[in-house]
Amino acid sequence: MAGTAVRGRLTWQVAEVASVLPETPSVRTIVLEVPDWAGHRAGQHVDIRLTAEDGYSAERSYSIASAPGEPLSITVERLEDGEVSPYLTEELRPDDEIEIRGPIGGYFVWDGGDDRPLLLLAGGSGIVPLRSIMRYRAQTGSHVRVRALYSSRSWTDVIYRDELDSYRQDGNADILYTLTRHQPSGWAGHTGRIDPAWLTEQAWPVNESPVAYVCGPTSFVEGVAETLVRLSYPAAAIKTERFGASGGQK
Amino acid sequence: MTALDGNAIGGTLHEVFSAEMTAAVGTCATCGATAPLAETLVYLDGPGVVVRCRACTAILMVIAKVRQYNCVDLHGLAALG
Repeated sequence: MAGTAVRGRLTWQVAEVASVLPETPSVRTIVLEVPDWAGHRAGQHVDIRLTAEDGYSAERSYSIASAPGEPLSITVERLEDGEVSPYLTEELRPDDEIEIRGPIGGYFVWDGGDDRPLLLLAGGSGIVPLRSIMRYRAQTGSHVRVRALYSSRSWTDVIYRDELDSYRQDGNADILYTLTRHQPSGWAGHTGRIDPAWLTEQAWPVNESPVAYVCGPTSFVEGVAETLVRLSYPAAAIKTERFGASGGQK
Repeated sequence: MTALDGNAIGGTLHEVFSAEMTAAVGTCATCGATAPLAETLVYLDGPGVVVRCRACTAILMVIAKVRQYNCVDLHGLAALG
């Protein structure tokens, strides 16, 4: 058995950076090459570990941005007081190596083959796993109806804007933006948070058996999930993923 | 302290149980509520991982890493599967 990976065990491995792509002024997508990557499901994440020369190490979780079947990529937002994200977004270059383990998660995932209409609700970089879901849905030619509400601080903070807009063309996908802090002049979209009134207006009615995926900072997720519960969405139809500014995710 | 959820410890749980556990359903030994581990309250701010029931906030699990070993306390879980 020497040298054989134990079945089911999650191990750290070295990934090589293939490319770093700018998404917004503070967000980068990092495409990774991982030998023997077994593939992933839409919505999963990976853990990243950085180790300093003195042995100090820090771990963070990042959602997988790419669709199943594509090379592994993550999208990282730089947090000003972050320990890991400034390095990933500013220092990392192609051919650099980082330690990763994954894919991780079997709850906040979408595999297709599920006809329930999708309600995707994103706060900030919470769009990342939902983008993997939308990308996978588009690539597999799925006709599942999807409505995404995506909350950002400003128009320049919207990640994947062109790609998300392109999904509207298939007729079964709708993406709606709301800007919480700054709106460009003439902004015709929603302003402010994904508030109960707007969500109530946009959410699929419960009798259509929708499933909601909610991802964002804890306060965002709590607020949105509370409204969905009030709209009588069953608990099993509300999948949530929260992240924080430190110690945790994204 | 801000609570995250069980997704944030998917890697740690996989390390402890050698399996994907975020979709596994836990039963709270205090109030009897059942939920996927992904939906539990998770605190990462302390020296270990603290997992609480979202219904009654009782502690379900504590995981502390001491050197390379995970010390796992599951006394707050009546069932896990």
